Amino acid sequence: MAAAAPADLATIAKKWKDKRGSLIMALHDLQGRYGYVPRDAAQELGKLMDVPLARIYEVITFYNYFKLEAPGRNIISVCMGTACYLKGAPEIVAKLSEKLGVKAGETTPDKMFHLQQVRCIGCCGLAPVVTVNEKVLAKVKAADVIDQVYACAVKGA
Amino acid sequence: MPKFTPAELDAHKAKLLAAAKKKAIIKVGLNTCGDAAGALPVMLAIKEAVAKAGVDAQIVKTGCAGMCGIEPLVEVSIGGAPATMYGQVTAEAAREIVEKHVVGGKVVEAFKVPSIAEMSSDKPVAGKQYRIVLRNCGVIDPESLDEYIARDGYQALKQTLTAMTGEQVIAELETAGLRGRGGAGFPTFMKWKLTRASRPGEQKYIICNGDEGDPGAYMDRSVLEGDPHAVIEGMIIGGWVIGASKGIFYIRAEYPLAIERIEKAIKQARANGLLGTNILGTGFDFDLEVRLGAGAFVCGEETALIASIEGKRGTPRPRPPYPAQKGLWDQPTMVNNVETLANIAQIVLRGGSWFGAIGVGRSKGTKVFAVTGKVKNPGLIEIPMGTTLRQVVMDICGGTTTGKPVKAVQTGGPSGGLIPASLLDTPITYEDLQKLGSIMGSGGMIVMDESDNTVDLSRFYLDFSIDESCGKCAPCRIGGTQMLRTIDKIAERKGTAADIAKIKRIALTMQRGSLCALGQTTPNPVLSALRYFESEWTERLLPAVKK
Repeated sequence: MAAAAPADLATIAKKWKDKRGSLIMALHDLQGRYGYVPRDAAQELGKLMDVPLARIYEVITFYNYFKLEAPGRNIISVCMGTACYLKGAPEIVAKLSEKLGVKAGETTPDKMFHLQQVRCIGCCGLAPVVTVNEKVLAKVKAADVIDQVYACAVKGA
Repeated sequence: MPKFTPAELDAHKAKLLAAAKKKAIIKVGLNTCGDAAGALPVMLAIKEAVAKAGVDAQIVKTGCAGMCGIEPLVEVSIGGAPATMYGQVTAEAAREIVEKHVVGGKVVEAFKVPSIAEMSSDKPVAGKQYRIVLRNCGVIDPESLDEYIARDGYQALKQTLTAMTGEQVIAELETAGLRGRGGAGFPTFMKWKLTRASRPGEQKYIICNGDEGDPGAYMDRSVLEGDPHAVIEGMIIGGWVIGASKGIFYIRAEYPLAIERIEKAIKQARANGLLGTNILGTGFDFDLEVRLGAGAFVCGEETALIASIEGKRGTPRPRPPYPAQKGLWDQPTMVNNVETLANIAQIVLRGGSWFGAIGVGRSKGTKVFAVTGKVKNPGLIEIPMGTTLRQVVMDICGGTTTGKPVKAVQTGGPSGGLIPASLLDTPITYEDLQKLGSIMGSGGMIVMDESDNTVDLSRFYLDFSIDESCGKCAPCRIGGTQMLRTIDKIAERKGTAADIAKIKRIALTMQRGSLCALGQTTPNPVLSALRYFESEWTERLLPAVKK
């Protein structure tokens, strides 16, 4: 991941600093820029917005959406909404774990894949659903899932 | 951009209706789920085929038509004739539809599915779909203000601002009997009345709760994506009635398309004098902004939601004081759910007594459900209250996809309960569902067949609720975890009858002692599974030790 770029942080801080209660919105922007909330950048943003780092960590550790570590190159999200759960999402997670050698919530040692379970993404009619980065795979079968994932993964570092 | 006055709004609507096209209209469903099913390539194929054939056709992208299992959906209507709906359309099929139907005028039977009009009734009859909240979803282009105006959009706002008092609007809501659609069912008129009366003259806020967290439900997403202006209109009317100058949309960050469409609609409304200063030339000032959730189920609870908008951890606080007294920044605040707000304009336009005549008992109007699981036609449906679960599962959604018998239906998500097949004739009302140990909830409905196990499913929900517990109060934080440990013991066939008694004891403590609805309702899926499917639990117990 790129090192903290002060110019970006200043823009984010300027956009939100004077709006009341906007810390979460600023953190959304920060994560949008880096893919996660890097500690250095959070500290810098905190200084610019007059928010102590402890307050920022209080917030980002509470909400599932914020990531504290850099995710892998490709993010594989298996939907664990109820419809997907009933239609075989646990088997899909097991299959991906076996093939990638990581558990849900972990990144492969080569940083190419991050496997995660997510709450309902609201495509229950297409259950079970897996997303690879922005691409949505519908009505997935455990037997084919790894090939489908490889097919739409971004290659190279 | 024109800033509408009331008269100009009407003139603009008349102009739009007069210009209503005689030519072919092709609609492509492009919500999150349509996109996931591959609607974008279909849209491109249609554009190319229409250009190639040189026909005069208007291509419109719409929101969700509700038939989520057979996306991508394409609807064709020529010269005002009743529309034909096509399902599971591929790019190749799309080209064939343009060639044969749009150009040749012949319906392509191979891809034909029931249209929205064929699937719903024009009268509110129990057992049939009737669209109030979803009236524009899948019908209009959600990104076009004109299309909303042509379908009576902002007429209710005009009527309230120019011809009604706040008390009159509240009286209509009382006659209508509308209750909160987020799940709890608190009378909407009461919330509006209390917030209107609270601390007059001070800064007040109206908040739209779009933090739809039930895993397996997506009604609010579909309404925000498919008819954003309807929710905005409800917000402006609400703001005017309670005396707020500011409204906030709180939407899940996981719903990027809903956020994009609401932001776009806010800009359109502002540019046309429907939002901002001096709305419709009446001197009323009101504006809206969007705040994003960050993945916390508990933020659906109104005090937690308010804390989150203030930029803090989303933990609930004891009520009273209720938000009507002390809400956002300690000012009077009213929190309404997306579906509740989407009903407002129609109630104002058609009258409280029209709405109040739909439904049964104290459950009035319609309810939108996302029906999923082992059901043949999963999707989004809207039915008059009082429709039975059997009518929804068997008639509207076609029974199970597996051909196996229905075992149970789950409503209310992690806060609701299982309802066994033997009780499918229960009418859908707040009271009837509660009597069975479930709740109406926000509208998730999961259908299970005989192959699903209730111990596993209640464990799934419990696991979810524990993960989402904010940890502030002990009954929820400790109770949930202890209950899960006990269930795991039973699932591993190491439990005894004493463990079942322990689960029930913990459940009672959580229901009585938890601070907010999350903790109070966490035991519901487990309790209902124990109540209706006890044998699935007892058969896993160790045999009683003989003394």
